[in-house]
Amino acid sequence: MSKIRTVEGITKESTEALISETLAAYPEKAKKKRTPHLAANDQTSGAACVKSNKKTVPGVMSARGCAYAGAKGVVWGPIRDMVHVSHGPVGCGWYSWGTRRNLMSGINGVTQFGMQFTSDFQEKDIVYGGDKKLKTLLNEAHELFPLAKGISVLSECPVGLIGDDINSVTKTVSKELDIPIIPCNCEGFRGVSQSLGHHISNDSIRDYIIETREFAEPAGPYDVALIGDYNIGGDVWSAKSLLEEIGLNVKSVWTGDGELEKIAATHTVKLNLIHCYRSMNYMCKVMEEKYGIPWLEFNFFGPTKIRESLRAIAERFDDVIKEKVELAIAKYEPIMQAIIDEYKPRLENKKVMLLVGGLRPRHTIGAYEDLGMDCVGSGYEFAHGDDYDRTAPEMPDATVVYDDPSEYELEKFAHTLKPDLIGSGIKEKYVFQKMGIPFRQMHSWDYSGPYHGYQGFEIFARDVDMAINSPTWKLVKAPF
Amino acid sequence: MANLLGLEVKTVTEIAPEEIERVHNWINSEEYKEKNFARQALVINPAHACQPLGAQLCAHGFEGTLPFVHGSQGCTSYYRSTLNRHFREPAPAVSDAMTEDGAVFGGQNNLHEGLENAYALYKPKMIAVFTSCMPEVIGDDLTAFIKNAKQKAFIPKELPVPYANTPSFNGTHIHGYDSMLVSILQNLTEGKQIEGRCTGKLNLIAGCDFNTGDYREYKRILKEFGIPYTLLADIGDTFESPCDGTYNIYAGGTKLEDAADSINGKATIAIGTYATPKTFSWIKDTYSGKHVTMSMPMGIEKTDAFIMKVAELFGKEVPASLKNERGRAVDAMTDSQQYMHGKKFAVYGDPDYLMGYVSFLLEMGARPHHILCSRGSKKAEKELQGLLDGSMYGTGCKIYMNKDLWHLRSLVVTDPVDAIIGDTHGKFAARDAKVPLFRFGFPIFDRVNKHRYPLIGYQGVINMVTEICNKFIDIKDETCEDRFFEMLR
Repeated sequence: MSKIRTVEGITKESTEALISETLAAYPEKAKKKRTPHLAANDQTSGAACVKSNKKTVPGVMSARGCAYAGAKGVVWGPIRDMVHVSHGPVGCGWYSWGTRRNLMSGINGVTQFGMQFTSDFQEKDIVYGGDKKLKTLLNEAHELFPLAKGISVLSECPVGLIGDDINSVTKTVSKELDIPIIPCNCEGFRGVSQSLGHHISNDSIRDYIIETREFAEPAGPYDVALIGDYNIGGDVWSAKSLLEEIGLNVKSVWTGDGELEKIAATHTVKLNLIHCYRSMNYMCKVMEEKYGIPWLEFNFFGPTKIRESLRAIAERFDDVIKEKVELAIAKYEPIMQAIIDEYKPRLENKKVMLLVGGLRPRHTIGAYEDLGMDCVGSGYEFAHGDDYDRTAPEMPDATVVYDDPSEYELEKFAHTLKPDLIGSGIKEKYVFQKMGIPFRQMHSWDYSGPYHGYQGFEIFARDVDMAINSPTWKLVKAPF
Repeated sequence: MANLLGLEVKTVTEIAPEEIERVHNWINSEEYKEKNFARQALVINPAHACQPLGAQLCAHGFEGTLPFVHGSQGCTSYYRSTLNRHFREPAPAVSDAMTEDGAVFGGQNNLHEGLENAYALYKPKMIAVFTSCMPEVIGDDLTAFIKNAKQKAFIPKELPVPYANTPSFNGTHIHGYDSMLVSILQNLTEGKQIEGRCTGKLNLIAGCDFNTGDYREYKRILKEFGIPYTLLADIGDTFESPCDGTYNIYAGGTKLEDAADSINGKATIAIGTYATPKTFSWIKDTYSGKHVTMSMPMGIEKTDAFIMKVAELFGKEVPASLKNERGRAVDAMTDSQQYMHGKKFAVYGDPDYLMGYVSFLLEMGARPHHILCSRGSKKAEKELQGLLDGSMYGTGCKIYMNKDLWHLRSLVVTDPVDAIIGDTHGKFAARDAKVPLFRFGFPIFDRVNKHRYPLIGYQGVINMVTEICNKFIDIKDETCEDRFFEMLR
């Protein structure tokens, strides 16, 4: 830890006062439950200052999703060459259809299946069970989409409640059709957030996928896998090209624009590079234990973190890679500096508040700081203690950290902290824009992107500037 | 550990380009269409959502009302974000966050804690409770739970807490709308019927309509008539709230006292015979005055029917301003009919919207060639067929009930049309068929401000004609050879 960073006007006392003022509105029981989830950051501690991964308090308006959302939307959905069946009633699949922006290459319906497949449960399926229907639809999917490399079956709430045995059905049909059909028991009522869905999905990759394929070409010294990048707005394409530019051989991507067979053969790579730690640390640990593959967390948001990350990656390889890394840094840094020179004068000392999923509330802070901005509050929907440990050094000291905040809390914090920008999700966006506060959706990159890599920073900087300095904000207050 | 399926370990292979080409052609073939239509179990790209979404829309239509989902929290996030994306507006709603233990013990504790917290934080005038899958499967008793919540003082006794069972494995969003609406009205009007009292007002229900412009248009039409009204489940202001530097969590909605007094109305019109049958049936048996249910007033004929019905119910002449409006709409149609005449359309959506699209297209001399409804009924099919039979432009047009947008894709690539009318989800089929998609339905995630432009009434006719005809003209300008590129169109 170098120097303790602070933000003018924010002290431990002011943050604690803000928290207690906010909590005052809660009934006793809810207040007791929420208290450990809000705290002032202790930058030097390097440890979590809040509790996390606990049940959401009923009725408070949380932004969280469910295990199914974590499985379908995050881990499985982005694998482009599989049919992903939302097994149960029609809604879950319909709501999560195309709404995460995990872009895919290929031909829709031929080699790429960014579509909505569902068993559309009716009353009779609840009463009599859906196993027979599942068997039929798996055959239909295989017949209509012969180039699909596999099928995932993602359980929605009723499937687990009525006691269907999807594991047995998928095993039988998988053998009959000779394609992988993966059961994923990710019912939305399991766990406390999307996070368990990530974990369950990682486990199903471990149990059903990994080791079932081998790369045709011999293994090389620079073989890596890109883990935990979901290709939001094209992030993978930007990150992968940078990794290739430094001489690495990206054998598979988990799971943005991902391919099932390459994921299945990942157990032969030399290093796993993980971006979203929260959603995929599980499989990195499995691959480390079982195949001895080391893994490295990295951060491709903003030139400072990219530089640090590239050098950390280079440390794992020989001089060939080290040299290429330095060449890449030397090539891109002047370009990055030009971007900073353009935008920083308009963004310097602007304040940003964040609430995102399980990674970006810490990983993007450096990119804002590259632009001269300060993060005055940050929190996650579904992070765990190890995420908050990693957050402490990234956030300025004494700023407010919030875990699974309610909309009420966020509004209170924004009211007091008066951020110039809020980065969060679609449910929060219009609340704050009505207040006249600039906002960017930081799950979906607000229909822009990519934000990863050097390519991404230019777009990120432009978008942040556009959001904060749009002349439309000056019109919010009527002159009469 | 790995490979629990016991599959043979194979080498990673790339699919040969010729094979991709073959399948790409195959999915556009008649043979594929037959296989596709033979599906028994798999639903691909459905054009409908589940009940609670409609219930939430309805709840947002009442003053100070907080939608409350009894069930898993993920469901609530899905409904909210869908409404956020469509309207580009806030959609505040809470859930009682049931988890695994709810399956064992039932959801009463969650419901009680949730009601107490929601009331304390968001100070609603009414909490509208509806359910997602979990409590429906385990059979929670909402009647008892809510009664107990009041007895145990988690919420004040006088707080209205209507509730609806909205299982997602039954019906679609329009049925959830209906169930929530009837429950809210039953709750608010209880004990409010006064013998001999008449509010002198028209109660209007817009149906499960996601276009805020439509709600404004209904109000404007009634103002032209000079008829006092109560627009029930009025989401017009809720989802078209001003950006003025303040956030009002309850930005619009029918005043609760007006909704309560609606039982003493002079007349009630329930628009959307498919989205409001339960509500209408209850109103018919309960409300004072006259009761009518009718189609969405889309196109001239259906708007005429609505206008004349309003005039008849209130014994009024149609005002000159509306006669002029009608004339202007017809003028817009006659001026531009040549750009739509004979054009073939594929249309899909909720039954009430479909009646409107088909009626309007036939009036323009266009052909609603493929009509697809992902959760239809025999009644809806018969009504659509009746519309087709009433026009020479309906000849050869076909209705597909209980089909999805992957069926639609097969239809538009094997039996081409000039355009599709639907919602954002049809954009893949439209792209594959290389035709424009007119986003008149719900949801619209990929265009801005569409929900502000009414589709009902005479103004709605002008909006649809303008959008459709100008798009066809744009296409001509963009695709014609240089020598046919000219000043006039």
